[in-house]
Amino acid sequence: MVVLQHIRLGDWLTLVMGGACIIFLVMKLWSGDLADKAVIRSGGKVFLEVTLSKDQQIEVPGPLGISVITIKDRKARIASDPSPRQYCVRQGWLQQAGEVALCLPNQVSVELTGSHKRYDSLSY
Amino acid sequence: MTASATEKQEGDERPQGSSPKNIVALCARCFERGGKGEGKNRSTILLHTTDEDHHVARMAAVALGLTILEGAIPSPLPGVKPGLANIVTLIVLARYGWRTAVWVSLLRVFAGSLLFGNFLTPGFFLGLSGALFSLLVLAFARYLPSRWFGPVSHSIYAAFAHIGGQMAVVYLWLIPSAGIAYLIPLFATAALLFGAVNGLIAARFMDDAKNQ
Repeated sequence: MVVLQHIRLGDWLTLVMGGACIIFLVMKLWSGDLADKAVIRSGGKVFLEVTLSKDQQIEVPGPLGISVITIKDRKARIASDPSPRQYCVRQGWLQQAGEVALCLPNQVSVELTGSHKRYDSLSY
Repeated sequence: MTASATEKQEGDERPQGSSPKNIVALCARCFERGGKGEGKNRSTILLHTTDEDHHVARMAAVALGLTILEGAIPSPLPGVKPGLANIVTLIVLARYGWRTAVWVSLLRVFAGSLLFGNFLTPGFFLGLSGALFSLLVLAFARYLPSRWFGPVSHSIYAAFAHIGGQMAVVYLWLIPSAGIAYLIPLFATAALLFGAVNGLIAARFMDDAKNQ
């Protein structure tokens, strides 16, 4: 190979470093940690499945009233809810796959899903 | 730097196809043909150009040609391009130094955008930021010991810097969301691959020129 004689020792080092960099990026960015969809449930049934790439507001009706879900910058949160203790609203922004916000009194929930589903608990 | 300086002088002594005198003569002839009789008080704006200017212009023209050639190659993903024009930048960097490489690279970006009609569009700023970042990285990369690091290394570093600069513009200005992160491994793979290939081509060219 005549071409290979132009690659000097440091060039090989650069190539290996570049390869390592790519492997790191693939593991970091393609591991499915970032969520790409939100599953909204109401009364135990799936109400809507939406992608996180589009910013929007969704109104979900429940027994107590309307819960408002906001999706912005690939994050989701419950912006307002008629539940008395407001647990799901105070939970704030959800970003990782597997994160859930539950508004039990109004029977509304938001769950983020990615390519991999992470465990929320493990037992032996 | 001394090596490149002597090489530059040798380059200047070569017979030039379009020396300033030829251009002036050509212009004078054009004017004579255009205005018969009336053009007595004609004034000519004459830019005094050095041989280095001609050299930069010629190199930028070659880079532009490669850019247009590359525009004809279909790409599976917008933004993944071989960046053939960077071969010229690499050769200019190795032979004439960093300042000349900056001239050639930026002239190529500006003139290329005028040719393609995307001057001051987002695509132009993507190209410009990519070029500026690679030039910045090359400013440091050229001080790597040349015994071990050749054009292949320079090319790979510049390609990664190019992607980095473009990603910065995309993220900070065009699409401020994490969605673009999914594509970064693809872009990085393309940068490594095309960077290495471009570096090899540049090294090969310089080798051929040395043997002649």
